[in-house]
Amino acid sequence: MTEVNQRGVASVPDRAAAHRPAAPSGGVPARHRAGPAARRKRRGPSPLTILLFMLPGLAMFGLLVVIPVVSAIYFSFFKWNGLGGPPGISETSEWLGLGNFARAFSDSVFRGDLLRGLVLMVLSLTVQLPFSLALALLLHQKFPGRTIFRLLFFAPYVISEVITGVLFGVVLRQEGGLVNELLRSAGLGSLVPANGWLGTRSILLVVAFVVITWKYFGFHMIIYLAGRQNIPRELTEAAMTDGATPWQAFRHVTLPLLGPTIRVTIFLSVIGVIQLFDMIFVLTGPNYGGPGHAAETMAITMYRHGFQRFEVGYASAISVIMFLICLVFALAYIRFVMRRDIEGAVTNVGGRR
Amino acid sequence: MSQVPGSVPSSRRTTVAATAVVPGRPGRPPATPGGSGQPVAPRRRRRWRNIRLSVIAGVVAVVVIVVPILFGVIGGFKDPGQLQSNPLGPPSPWNVNNYVDILSDGRFWRNTFNSLFIGLATVALVVSASALAAFMFARYAFRGREVLFMLFAAGLMFPPAVAVLPLFVLLREIGLLSSPWGVILPQAAFGLPLTIIILRTFFRGIPAEIEESAVLDGCSTFGVFWRIMLPMARPALAVVAVLALVTSWNNFLLPLLVLISERDWWTLPLGVQQFSSQFGQDTARVLAYTMLATVPALAFFFVAERQIVAGIAPTVGSKG
Repeated sequence: MTEVNQRGVASVPDRAAAHRPAAPSGGVPARHRAGPAARRKRRGPSPLTILLFMLPGLAMFGLLVVIPVVSAIYFSFFKWNGLGGPPGISETSEWLGLGNFARAFSDSVFRGDLLRGLVLMVLSLTVQLPFSLALALLLHQKFPGRTIFRLLFFAPYVISEVITGVLFGVVLRQEGGLVNELLRSAGLGSLVPANGWLGTRSILLVVAFVVITWKYFGFHMIIYLAGRQNIPRELTEAAMTDGATPWQAFRHVTLPLLGPTIRVTIFLSVIGVIQLFDMIFVLTGPNYGGPGHAAETMAITMYRHGFQRFEVGYASAISVIMFLICLVFALAYIRFVMRRDIEGAVTNVGGRR
Repeated sequence: MSQVPGSVPSSRRTTVAATAVVPGRPGRPPATPGGSGQPVAPRRRRRWRNIRLSVIAGVVAVVVIVVPILFGVIGGFKDPGQLQSNPLGPPSPWNVNNYVDILSDGRFWRNTFNSLFIGLATVALVVSASALAAFMFARYAFRGREVLFMLFAAGLMFPPAVAVLPLFVLLREIGLLSSPWGVILPQAAFGLPLTIIILRTFFRGIPAEIEESAVLDGCSTFGVFWRIMLPMARPALAVVAVLALVTSWNNFLLPLLVLISERDWWTLPLGVQQFSSQFGQDTARVLAYTMLATVPALAFFFVAERQIVAGIAPTVGSKG
């Protein structure tokens, strides 16, 4: 790190120094600043130029992200079937205040969605992420074929949830499905559930979780692998030299150093569970959410009410609740959990090492 | 480009940094020569350990990934009767009709073309709009910059599913339902946060001197962006483009809502889902369609794996 002429290393502090002065002054245009720095600093572009550069992004983001989110909040206060102009003007609309929210929280299906979301999150954190981590640590070892295995495990990430869902719909079906036929030919036919893997209320959520894990474990594995490769080998080697067992080296050296990476994947995983839709939609066929809403999620409930029953106001209230859960979770998580590694997380996204 | 220190694009910069570490690792070499008499047994043990690791990884890979996919591919070569009576064994005879029918029917190709068109248009829009904005965010201080940037960054926290219903109403009002642009524009808009953040970080890393000398030579702001920043940012642009393409390719909810009544514009995921509910009885045909639909994505994956990995976990591609 000390060789100054190593460009990769030397340039990092340079850049940081060059840009730090700009950050705190925020609103002050560069040209108003005096001192020797001002001469070096070129005059900034005019406000019009800045506006023109920002315009395409701002217009798209404002029109297609900000306005929909804000109008969801507005819609959520009405009973409205989505027709005849915006609610309040439309003759079919009716002001309900917080009525839609009260309805959601007294609806057993929606409360069930919250509970099922929680179950999926817990399963992700206790099964999916540890499994991905174990594979990442395995693939971090040097052994023949590890590049191929890395590609194989990561490949489901580019296969869409729909395709995964349709494939596993066949793999899991009652007659002629891969799982059941394997079980039967192994003499374990008694394990086959009488109503099928996708038709049994008590297990449907777990089955869906397994399929979701199939698609996403490689994604988390790749992130862990990157994090693991950033830990200098000397650290674990030193621990082993000092007599640590492999488990102790993992527990007290590798795992703490993977902390920031793990916290990022937990964040991604939770946000993913909140918006889960495609996989459930496809896996549970025309009976969205499965028998007895066994695998229904908030997004599915929103879809059923908004697009099948045309209860746009109520479905908007569900959207707003999803939005608030994301917001509260993200803010709390960033504030309390990721506070120390936020710098790391941001640079991680940008690939600045 | 090479005469400017520090201008190395991020992906390559990582490699430089990585190799720079190697000479500083004196711990390794002494370990082997010092014990050159005794390492025969450990080396053999290590080889056994490596083989054991390969076997573990191989078993997991085959059971978890290969078997379900192979089941799908081979299932597509059976006829419905075979799939029922002989679900596990190889097809006898091999029945290529499912695959041939699908490939000679325009529907599959139309789906593929639509996915490609919608994906490429999304990429063009999101990357150009993000590059323009990220350039401003990275290089100039202006009033409201931090607030605007926070607004975009906040978009990262919100999955598209939360806004899809009002978005649908909006698209209906402005007449974009049943049009591919009703998918392209929102996808591009929701892709902005991540793309802007990645590109901004990258633009920040380009030294100010290059830009200053260009300005002294009479280059306009747009000239700096177009002639200097964009060419230098090519690796980062590739990463964000590939990420946006994969996201668009796999998107289902938005095409479902916007394009469901416009069969000619169905994308592959929508086509697969509709095909499977239409031909639900003919499972072999559904499997064939589904497996064919994975081919473009997997082919692209093997070509662009490096960029995909760099987008979600930037350091693994160059070191692994």
